[in-house]
Amino acid sequence: MPDLLRGLGASAGAATGPAYRLADPPRLPAPRPVTDPDAEVDRAYAAIDAVCRDIGRRAAVTADETAAEILRAQAALAADRTLRDGVALAVRAGHEAPHAVAAVLADHRAALLAAGGLLAARAADLDDLRDRVVAHCLGLPMPALPEPGCPFVLIAVDLAPADAALLDPARVLAVVTSAGSFVSHTAILARARGLPTVVACGGALEIADGTVVTVDGTAGRVTVGRTVPAPAEEPPPAPEEPADLRGRTADGHHVALLANIGCAAELAGAAVEGVGLFRTELLFQHHIDPPTTAEQIDAYAEVFAAMPGRQVIVRTLDAGADKPLPFLRDHDEPNPALGIRGLRVARRRADILRTQIAAIAAAARASTARVAVMAPMVTTVSEAAQFTALCRDAGLPTVGVMIEVPAAAVRSAEILQVVDFLSVGTNDLSQYTFAADRRSGELADLLDPWQPALLSLIALCAAAGAAVGRPVGVCGEAAADPAFAVVLAGLGVTSLSMSPPAVPAVRAALAAHTLEECRAAAQRALAAADPAAARAAVTRL
Amino acid sequence: MIRSVLLAGRAGLHLRAASQIAVAAALAPAAVTVRTMDRPAVAADSVLALLSLGALCGTELILEAHGPGAAEALDTLAGLFATDLDVAGA
Repeated sequence: MPDLLRGLGASAGAATGPAYRLADPPRLPAPRPVTDPDAEVDRAYAAIDAVCRDIGRRAAVTADETAAEILRAQAALAADRTLRDGVALAVRAGHEAPHAVAAVLADHRAALLAAGGLLAARAADLDDLRDRVVAHCLGLPMPALPEPGCPFVLIAVDLAPADAALLDPARVLAVVTSAGSFVSHTAILARARGLPTVVACGGALEIADGTVVTVDGTAGRVTVGRTVPAPAEEPPPAPEEPADLRGRTADGHHVALLANIGCAAELAGAAVEGVGLFRTELLFQHHIDPPTTAEQIDAYAEVFAAMPGRQVIVRTLDAGADKPLPFLRDHDEPNPALGIRGLRVARRRADILRTQIAAIAAAARASTARVAVMAPMVTTVSEAAQFTALCRDAGLPTVGVMIEVPAAAVRSAEILQVVDFLSVGTNDLSQYTFAADRRSGELADLLDPWQPALLSLIALCAAAGAAVGRPVGVCGEAAADPAFAVVLAGLGVTSLSMSPPAVPAVRAALAAHTLEECRAAAQRALAAADPAAARAAVTRL
Repeated sequence: MIRSVLLAGRAGLHLRAASQIAVAAALAPAAVTVRTMDRPAVAADSVLALLSLGALCGTELILEAHGPGAAEALDTLAGLFATDLDVAGA
């Protein structure tokens, strides 16, 4: 009977094949007394130099820039003066070369673990460096990848960047590790090469070599199945483009998967149901004067033509704070994020909005796309009502607004009485809810989309939509996080809009959960005390 | 000469960021040391030492350099610590 092992999905996708385990690195031998300290320091330095050269060589032959960057950083770590100085001191204090290296790195490792979070995940990099230097000191090889003669699923305690960078997707179908985390270098590199990966999978090391396993890197599950060694005759099924572009949960509940774009070119090859956010700023940038009606009609028509019969939501000009435009910069604002931006520009230049709406309506009339229009940075019901009236007068029947300001989220039920749909912009909604500048790296923790207060506001909007049967979508980049997408679906969000490359992973995540599971995930995230707890409560699903 | 800066990298001072800073420190016109409120000063040109500061986003870092070129070296490094090196294009 197949067993189910659970871990953390670190890189989306699924694969089936025989499992083979990476051997453990050489262990530290029993310590011996040091008789010639100078020779022993030389032995340690020679081993460190060899490891630097080895990692440097791997960096040089790696085509993948993410992997090369991680390997170069590892080589710099191995070449570090602090390591050499520490090792020399430890040898002179009586430690043999391999023990001296292990002792010095153990001190630094403890400091990283104490720092916690992402830095603690880097302790694995120091462990790998230690293993490599110890192996060189002992004159033993580092374990090589298994070579069963057919594509296989690699099982390991953890995978060093130096190994992960060289994984050949033609030979390795998937990776399962018993240690590791979502942010370990193994996970980053696996995602970069689209290799399905499950980390922190207890019991992975118990899988006997040759056992056929199915790895689900989206759900973080490993099914340990038959031991029939027939993989060579069973080529892995070629990945197929899903014929049905509609996003669905495992039990068929529809959640629309849409694209965020700035121009028609971004739709090339996108497997989406439509466009959930067509940013029109691109058209207005680099213009001394606003673009003419004819110029605008051409640009909108190009996008509509790429989506025949499908939904396209056009967002009217979102200028301001972070996106200044030459023809609007006729005043100084002490605090532009809280000033004249988004729909508020119409307070000063109603002509720009009227021209744009007329151009969208003209392009829509000449197309089969189901065109909708929405306004950015709406704050009150009366702003929403005025915008709706303006669009309907121009002949655009479907009108919505973005929810980016807490005031609008709190009154979403009332706003839904005057518009057809809502679209939550999570980036700005975070910025304004947490009073934290979205460009501030220092306040990144406040801008985490898993903040329970942000989830509460999204839940409020989704509930308001459900009460009157109107769509409520999310179009911030947070929708591109597969685990977060599951939570959004569970909160009752009806569409997720993201950059097109993110769609397949979100589609897979939704398909792996029933609506009931999504709802349970949403409840757990809402009940969590902080973003880390929310994330943990959901990924453990 | 002493300079204080808050670490901007949202992921903390991790391996890639530390190696970028160590390279810049090695090229700087004066030797720079870095310490935090609770860890002693280390050489800024050592990746391992920088990592072991365990600096997270928002940690206050105290940079110190002396002699000719000290101001320029501090400007360069303080600038890097105050930039989120994980942001593409940064």
